[in-house]
Amino acid sequence: MTEEEKRIQFQQRIDAGEKIEPLDWMPDDYKQTLFRQISQHAHSEIIGMQPEGNWLLRAPSLRAKKILMAKIQDEAGHGLYLYSAAETFGIDRSEMIAMLHSGKAKYSSIFNYPALTWADMGAIGWLVDGAAIVNQTMLAKCSYGPYARAMVRICKEEGFHQRQGYEIIAKMASGTPAQKEMAQDALNRWWEPSLMMFGPHDADSPHTQNSMKWKIKVESNDTLRQRFIDRTVEQAHHIGLTIPDKNLKYNKETMHWEISPINWDEFWNVVKGNGPCNHQRLNHHKKYHQEGQWVRDCARAFEEKQMKESNAVKSN
Amino acid sequence: MSKDNQLSQWEVFMQTKNGGPFEHQGSLHAADKKMALQNARDLYSRRKEGRSIWVVPTECIVASTKEMEEEFFDPANDKIYRTPNFYKMPQGTKNL
Repeated sequence: MTEEEKRIQFQQRIDAGEKIEPLDWMPDDYKQTLFRQISQHAHSEIIGMQPEGNWLLRAPSLRAKKILMAKIQDEAGHGLYLYSAAETFGIDRSEMIAMLHSGKAKYSSIFNYPALTWADMGAIGWLVDGAAIVNQTMLAKCSYGPYARAMVRICKEEGFHQRQGYEIIAKMASGTPAQKEMAQDALNRWWEPSLMMFGPHDADSPHTQNSMKWKIKVESNDTLRQRFIDRTVEQAHHIGLTIPDKNLKYNKETMHWEISPINWDEFWNVVKGNGPCNHQRLNHHKKYHQEGQWVRDCARAFEEKQMKESNAVKSN
Repeated sequence: MSKDNQLSQWEVFMQTKNGGPFEHQGSLHAADKKMALQNARDLYSRRKEGRSIWVVPTECIVASTKEMEEEFFDPANDKIYRTPNFYKMPQGTKNL
């Protein structure tokens, strides 16, 4: 079969709603697009542990601390599911980490913003995980089997992430005036970065067309962003908070909330590495990766020792 | 600094309820059997999803491919006499 015939047959499988598995034939650009997306998704989960880890030792109660710990553990788990899915393309995990460290692979820009107050733990769960859930629910229908399966598992676990965040924000919004102000301040700072999590507008998104043709994505950036806006505006109003956008208005005809234009210069600036925490996040990851080297080396040495011993038993 | 290593890859199968099948959950990295089992518990059963786990080194898995699908599975196509509905029962037959 020629390359062209294989591509046609591949597209027919996609159109018929079939899932693609690691050993199946697939076009190189499908593979590359997915590898880039899945590995960056994995890096985002791992880097995403940092802003929350910052608050672990300052959580206001034992209950809050246990919940935050469980959420961070989930994120580690989600990163590992995703690294495994990316590894199905035959690329070793150490290569992926090297790409993260060299800046070749990105992670979600949202994690380059600092978590300044406890209310940020609420805003991250409510807004950042909320946006992630909208995106990931769509990705659970992705054409690549290992990615779709990882997404199903992640979506099941993330339900609690968003609810615990909204609980924190709701509690603060109904607390003292100072607490309410903190909640509003967190919403003010996280609102626009959360909207940017869905990526550029469809017309400016270089990957959207192919991704939709291949059913890597089954809905566009703007559709997903609008779904998030509609859900979140009402949740904010429900607890007496104000969306930080003077032009926010409800369009009765489309039944959607409309917002001001998004500041894309800010988005691209953070993507290029100039956000408030880019250096801090990456340096932290590098430092702990290097410091953990001896643990991996010991584990490997122990494995080799055990293998030698079991071989010795067999040859006796 | 010595060479980075990410340990060996393992596949995880989990039984979710007594008497049920062991189903593939995904993979993980670990240096040995004990670590693989503990990591599998931590990674795939943080919410009591499982009651028993198997871990298998990934290199031990033998898999068929999409290319093999036709010749491998087609021989069953013309053997519908292997299913109960192929047979015509006399009208009024019960418990069969």
